[in-house]
Amino acid sequence: MSEPSHDPAPRYSPLHAVHEALGAAFTDFAGWQMPVRYSSDLAEHHAVRTAAGIFDISHMAEIAVDGPDAAAFLDAALAGRLSAMAVGKAKYSLILTEQGGIVDDLIVYRMADTSYLVVANASNRFAVVDALRERAAGVGGPAFAVELDDRTEQIALIAVQGPASEAVLAATAGLEIPGLTDLKYYAWGSGSFGGSDLMVARTGYTGEDGFELYAPVEHAAALWAALTAAGEPLGLVPCGLAARDTLRLEAGMPLYGHELGTSILPVQAGLGRVVVTDKQVFVGRDAIIAGPPAGAPVLVGLAAKGRRAARAEYPVYQGERLVGEVTSGALSPTLGHPIAMAFVDPAVAEPGTVLDLDVRGTRIPATVVPLPFYKKEA
Amino acid sequence: MSAIPADLQYTAEHEWVRLDGDVATVGITQYAADALGDVVYVDLPKVGSALAAGSIVGEVESTKSVGELYAPLDGEVVEANQAVVDAPETINSDPYGDGWLVKVRVSSTPALLSADEYRALIGE
Repeated sequence: MSEPSHDPAPRYSPLHAVHEALGAAFTDFAGWQMPVRYSSDLAEHHAVRTAAGIFDISHMAEIAVDGPDAAAFLDAALAGRLSAMAVGKAKYSLILTEQGGIVDDLIVYRMADTSYLVVANASNRFAVVDALRERAAGVGGPAFAVELDDRTEQIALIAVQGPASEAVLAATAGLEIPGLTDLKYYAWGSGSFGGSDLMVARTGYTGEDGFELYAPVEHAAALWAALTAAGEPLGLVPCGLAARDTLRLEAGMPLYGHELGTSILPVQAGLGRVVVTDKQVFVGRDAIIAGPPAGAPVLVGLAAKGRRAARAEYPVYQGERLVGEVTSGALSPTLGHPIAMAFVDPAVAEPGTVLDLDVRGTRIPATVVPLPFYKKEA
Repeated sequence: MSAIPADLQYTAEHEWVRLDGDVATVGITQYAADALGDVVYVDLPKVGSALAAGSIVGEVESTKSVGELYAPLDGEVVEANQAVVDAPETINSDPYGDGWLVKVRVSSTPALLSADEYRALIGE
């Protein structure tokens, strides 16, 4: 995981004092001091699966893209067809290198006809901003009429995730979200809190129903307090990055630096569908159409028995043959057995194939399974 | 601030040792347990196995990471705590009590840290 290159000083969330008062343990994530857990990462994980959890993810990067060419610009700069997305919707997308590798995965919200919000990972904030600025100057053609504005420092991002999350938002004093119940997955709506506008999106990184609230930093602490007060009777607990990681892993969601990187093509990570290849012009097009070399590793899910989990970078074998490497792994809190994602030789990627995980010298059999490991009940 | 009982001895690898005659009870400190997060798997040396101070003899694994268990002294394992293998979360809830890991018949004891020395080591 690379640090942001532009500024090595530690960064603090606008909610840092709130987390300290809650007794959080902190971890460095891409230069940000963020809560890793408040008390028990397992309890936090289970709360999200059964009730609700509240996460501070203010370290994530928000980049506003505005201007008459915003839609055409994003079609050229990113992998998806963002021009086809309706106002009020969100889309999972990728930003690619010329070689088709993944600079980052993104959520893109269409705010208005000529206005989008691009949300990137904290670790890739500057890489994404730099790539977008470069591409705004033209992608095989004239410059685009767009303005880019990195609003990361002005926006607090609070996620409320879990089956009770809609009820939590509905019960939160001072929070007004017209049409909350009808808000669809991967859509956003305008709301207000304490007289200030905010954006509420039905998106997340846990595999549960849930929301992400984009609010001005000066209202973050009051919003957190109001959500927590309304949520506690419904089982909501504050959750740190440890729970966020096991939740996303169970949901089969990739994490940059593990399942995604500049040397990985989307199709290898199971994200081929995210790239719209019939666009005439977009960065990475030629490499995507050419595809990865034959035999390039592909991402699979692996499930094992017992309690010993493989971790990132542990080798994967078939017999004595090294066939791949784990990218993320944990003892699944929900399923009760070890799970992992791994890049493996495509010859051994078929579900049902039994491979061996090398867990610090001990071979542990693991079966290739379809992703996700966990899917919420419809 | 984590608890560091004054009547125990410690290692720089975050084990605690309670000496009772020639038998030492060994566990990991609350500081180590807190740093690991929820412990979900414990691998302990077998009863009868010989330990050499400083060698890796087991693992304490959380959802997030893996900690290695170092033998704090030379000796022979006389008891391994099966209850903690069955319920690893005991290490988080009671690291100095029910969360003990092994009992060792001690053949020789290297210099261990006092509570004050351990507190200084972890900067608390």
